[in-house]
Amino acid sequence: MPEPGRALPQPTPETKHFWDGTQAGELRLQRCDECSHTYFPPRPFCPKCASRKVSVLKASGRAILDTYVIHHRKVPGFEPPYAIAVVKLAEGPRMMTNIVECPQTPEALQLDMPLEVVFEKQNDAITLPLFRPAKG
Amino acid sequence: MPHNTVAVVGAAETTKLGVIPDVSQIQLHADAALNAMADCGLKPKDIDGVATAGETPVQIAHYLGITPSWVDGTSVGGCSFMIHVRHAAAAIEAGLAKTILVTHGESGRSGVGRGPRPVPASSLNGQFEQPFGPMGPPSLFPIPVLRYMKTYGVTHEQIAMVSVVQREWAAKNPRATFRDPITVEDVLGSRMIAYPFRLLQCCLVTDGGGALILTSADRAKDFPTKPVYILGTGESVETPLVSQMESFTSSRAFSVAGPTAFREAGITHKDVDHLMIYDAFAHLPLYGLEDLGFVPRGEAGRFIAERNTAIGGKLPLNTNGGGLSYMHSGMYGMYALQESVRQMRGTAPAQIAGAKISVCHGVGGMFAASGTIIFSNQKP
Repeated sequence: MPEPGRALPQPTPETKHFWDGTQAGELRLQRCDECSHTYFPPRPFCPKCASRKVSVLKASGRAILDTYVIHHRKVPGFEPPYAIAVVKLAEGPRMMTNIVECPQTPEALQLDMPLEVVFEKQNDAITLPLFRPAKG
Repeated sequence: MPHNTVAVVGAAETTKLGVIPDVSQIQLHADAALNAMADCGLKPKDIDGVATAGETPVQIAHYLGITPSWVDGTSVGGCSFMIHVRHAAAAIEAGLAKTILVTHGESGRSGVGRGPRPVPASSLNGQFEQPFGPMGPPSLFPIPVLRYMKTYGVTHEQIAMVSVVQREWAAKNPRATFRDPITVEDVLGSRMIAYPFRLLQCCLVTDGGGALILTSADRAKDFPTKPVYILGTGESVETPLVSQMESFTSSRAFSVAGPTAFREAGITHKDVDHLMIYDAFAHLPLYGLEDLGFVPRGEAGRFIAERNTAIGGKLPLNTNGGGLSYMHSGMYGMYALQESVRQMRGTAPAQIAGAKISVCHGVGGMFAASGTIIFSNQKP
């Protein structure tokens, strides 16, 4: 039997656009049409002013490393030690992710380092947004 | 509204603390409740309000044979019990109940009579955090720490002193799980769990419980125990996702709950003789000291490293040894409350001589929730 992989999300009607986006190679955020607040995680109204008039936008995929831990215990789908990171997107919101194409060490993982999104397909339904050190 | 008209008259922990493989979770609630009732000479028929978390108030009322006219099942993690005390004080003042029992019991280590608690894949946590490899609080709670350290220039050695100082307090508590002294080198040499935190910066995982009984201050004088009055209370919640905190250097929930309690109590920081700050992990006392306004932003690491919270220091903190050394069943808030009550009764193993006001501050989830209670042994 193959080892179990990492926990995967189960999209809901309110988050489907986000997970459709990652499959299409897009990082999708939402922005309020009334107060211009850009927010995450997804919901069909603005968490700042409660307006239901919101739009989906394609984020730039640029971010900085805000904070992280390097986890040393075994978790299905991961080879410890690995970083569990929070990135701050250029558009403002934060999201949890993993940092790839980078040693998982405090020396390599410097806070505020620039990052860019990459998409890692897990199966036919789910693609996850991960981040790597920005190139150029 | 200032809650100086309500008092704790019964308080007790479970008969045993630590590893209790022969008692189920609901019986830990009951053992603590029976001890608290014995403490103040009450029977189940005398209780008309029940608040609990972990189990439901239905389970606890039925199991103990109580017919309540008021219940509270607020379950927002380890500070639920602070919030229960707040709600209970308001309920007693409003006349909704006369005598309220708050119970906690948790088979956190042995897992007896306790089911698994999976994160649903469709929840916000399941969609936007779990896929990136967290495994419970030790991987999630320390997420903000590196940002806090960089912002204020706080060192690993300063944070290690939280564990060192609390172990010194634990050494004075016969019921503490870990009592042998440790050094900064021991902390920074212990097994890495989730960088920057190592084993000795993470709480214990043990079994136990505790219970409180509250009634009006007017009735409190008729009980055999020394009344411990509720001076002020506060509560708040922020987010179930640690990644979505407004700030990684401060807890919004702490910043609401703590100051609310101080305003209700009408006291200032220099009035505080004793302080409990829920320490599931070593950074929580730092955030608590700053968010409650005991020290300026960024100063808590130095404040603790300079032994201000240690034995003989000006602000005794976590005098039972805390979740890092005393015990931690999962929802530790009840044990912090018990220590505040002991200090106000004058019965704590590491008693602060002459202490009149104790602040007890709790966290729930990973900075998800907070509750603060300010106690006094002085008649209002």
